[in-house]
Amino acid sequence: MESNPKENIIEEVTSKDYEFGFVTDIETDFVPKGLNEDIIRLISKKKEEPEWLLEFRLKAFRHWLTLKQPNWGHLDLPEIDYQDIIYYAAPRKRQEKQSLDEVDPELLATFDKLGISLDEQKKLSGVAVDAVMDSTSVKTTFQETLSKHGVIFMSFSEAVKQHPDLVRKYLGKVVPYTDNFFAALNSAVFSDGSFCYIPKGVHCPLELSTYFRINAANTGQFERTLIVADEGAYVSYMEGCTAPMRDENQLHAAIVEIIAETDAEVKYSTVQNWYPGDKEGKGGVYNLVTKRGLCRGDRSKISWTQVETGSAITWKYPGCVLMGDNSIGEFYSVAVTNNYQQADTGTKMIHLGKNTRSTIISKGISAGHSQNSYRGLVRVAPKAINSRNYSQCDSLLMGDQCGAHTWPYVQCGNESSILEHEATTSKISEDQLFYCQQRGIPTEKAIGLIVNGYAKDVLNRLPMEFAVEAQKLLSITLEGSVG
Amino acid sequence: MLLNIKNLHVSVAGKEILKGLNLGVNEGEIHAIMGPNGTGKSTLAAAITGREGYEITEGEIWYKGKNIVGMSPEDRANEGIFLSFQYPVEIPGVSIQNFMRTAVNSKREYLGLPALSTIEFMKMMKEKQAMVEITEKLQNRFVNVGYSGGEKKKNEIFQMAMLEPSLAILDETDSGLDIDALRIVANGVNQLHNKDNSFVVITHYQRLLDYIVPDFVHVMYDGRIVKSGGKHLAIELEEKGYEWIKDMNL
Ligand SMILES: Nc1ncnc2c1ncn2[C@@H]1O[C@H](COP(=O)(O)OP(=O)(O)OP(=O)(O)O)[C@@H](O)[C@H]1O
Ligand SMILES: [Mg+2]
Repeated sequence: MESNPKENIIEEVTSKDYEFGFVTDIETDFVPKGLNEDIIRLISKKKEEPEWLLEFRLKAFRHWLTLKQPNWGHLDLPEIDYQDIIYYAAPRKRQEKQSLDEVDPELLATFDKLGISLDEQKKLSGVAVDAVMDSTSVKTTFQETLSKHGVIFMSFSEAVKQHPDLVRKYLGKVVPYTDNFFAALNSAVFSDGSFCYIPKGVHCPLELSTYFRINAANTGQFERTLIVADEGAYVSYMEGCTAPMRDENQLHAAIVEIIAETDAEVKYSTVQNWYPGDKEGKGGVYNLVTKRGLCRGDRSKISWTQVETGSAITWKYPGCVLMGDNSIGEFYSVAVTNNYQQADTGTKMIHLGKNTRSTIISKGISAGHSQNSYRGLVRVAPKAINSRNYSQCDSLLMGDQCGAHTWPYVQCGNESSILEHEATTSKISEDQLFYCQQRGIPTEKAIGLIVNGYAKDVLNRLPMEFAVEAQKLLSITLEGSVG
Repeated sequence: MLLNIKNLHVSVAGKEILKGLNLGVNEGEIHAIMGPNGTGKSTLAAAITGREGYEITEGEIWYKGKNIVGMSPEDRANEGIFLSFQYPVEIPGVSIQNFMRTAVNSKREYLGLPALSTIEFMKMMKEKQAMVEITEKLQNRFVNVGYSGGEKKKNEIFQMAMLEPSLAILDETDSGLDIDALRIVANGVNQLHNKDNSFVVITHYQRLLDYIVPDFVHVMYDGRIVKSGGKHLAIELEEKGYEWIKDMNL
């Protein structure tokens, strides 16, 4: 037969550029490169922080100095030169921003281009957005609407000023700075992020979302998000992110902490689309993140849903500590790796309370030369009687150059709990592809269709606003990966 | 002529399966192809639809005035060639509705037509479902997942009705059907059949041909069509068995 049409598609698609790889030309305020106590003092000073927060940072930094970069992940993570990174970069303010009109038009245009409208008039769907560029928050929308319900949703820096007691009460309670190397680093240098507090009995009327954008070169992003749902409260929170295409790797080490009090529920959704590097594996973001939720109260529930398509290296394990009796933790994940991307991701479910339940659904999709690992820990404490876990870890391989791995660790401390684990590995079959093609569906669309079908259980968990974007992303990330 | 296959030689994994096959199908005709297991009937269907791995070493396939050898499978489909699979494939997580919508709109895009609106599409689904007596909601059913053999075949005919092909190849669509399903499938075909479109019906049983009446019957043996005739040939075959053909061929 004549030339294989699929080969052309591979070419067409792999030459496709990362859609969000542009750079905004804006005046930026940097601190000098490198990391030491003076830098930390400088960051803290720029952010006009109270003394206790500076102390927190310094303690974290001193602890970090005693730690080594972890190397247990199934990742080829190079030694990072932490003195060669800029730890604070902020778009220079023209004046104190009060209304939208006063936000730099260049920034508004940037977020518009990313599909994030910061203009409340134009925004139709019920989503409030906190837009963060490099180390600072640019704008948080719908704050008035939210404050009518007593919901606090603002940038972390703003929260430190306006609600210092709340921040101090919860900061570092779920992820202490001693947790791990990257958590210690983040605690020392974290810049901005979002703070949410949903008061007792309030069902948050809007979806809350933070959009993170790295812009400046040679700059790390260290955001910190803290979500507190008080008794009986409910909130759905979404996180999105992109970065410019750059040849050097960029470090992103974030912390997310969630606390759910009695009868509270938090749904946390991420569509992670940091720049993944080019086809040869050059550049891309190192996404080294610690995310954890504490179901502190009885019958509380925290649910993580993540669609991971970006980053050169992903190292993250959003977990739940199920402290309250009858509390519930969930983890739904789709992780896609293509070209030379590496992902080591999964979850930790720590059952401490009685009758606690957790569900883990992980769908890994690997293509190209990528490595995709699921790493999970389910631990049931002796006192956590009658607890249950169900884990399902599926891997889908495309081509024969990539790798898929599963490391499910299980520790069960009592006899009355039941832990179930299922795992499958599959390939997109020639039969499925041909069946689609015979119906007139071109190869790349067919792959998108099949992969989205495979990931359906997870995609269905995403809020509407995110689901469509995630579906498109999955298709784009994998186009041309079957040859 | 809608389809004209000339001296077709096809190899699979280095082994020659079709060995100089000729077949001409005019607009509006129904052709039946019969023949023993393993003689290359499904291979012929794969070659016409452009399946990868079916290497055409010699010969031509003319369709609508073009030699389609080398054309991608999806382009052939969008040019109006449809295959009802002998073994329909399961696609977990993909609803039939979404699958068909993607297919119908891919074809429309290929033809330079705008995509159907949701309302137009739903109306079309409803009409075509009625044609093959599928009453359940298809937005929640995944493509062929959990379907019985008969249901899968009915679903193939439903897809055919949705895509309105010029040339439909039915590869043993009657196998595994109960009498009611057989009637439904045949009704679907007869309703779609008109003077412009053609059907190639691969079957082992003359029973189907009582419902779908062919203009021609061909007998395949060892990679070639060895005998052609009218409807009576199917009856003769049923009576005498394939030994008769084999003997004749020797
Ligand atoms: N993908 C393949 N790989 C290897 N051999 C194949 C392949 N497809 C077909 N063949 C071989 O080609 C020959 C013809 O097969 P084909 O499926 O076309 O027969 P058929 O006439 O449709 O038979 P049946 O009536 O059983 O459906 C058989 O010997 C079969 O084993
Ligand atoms: Mg066959």
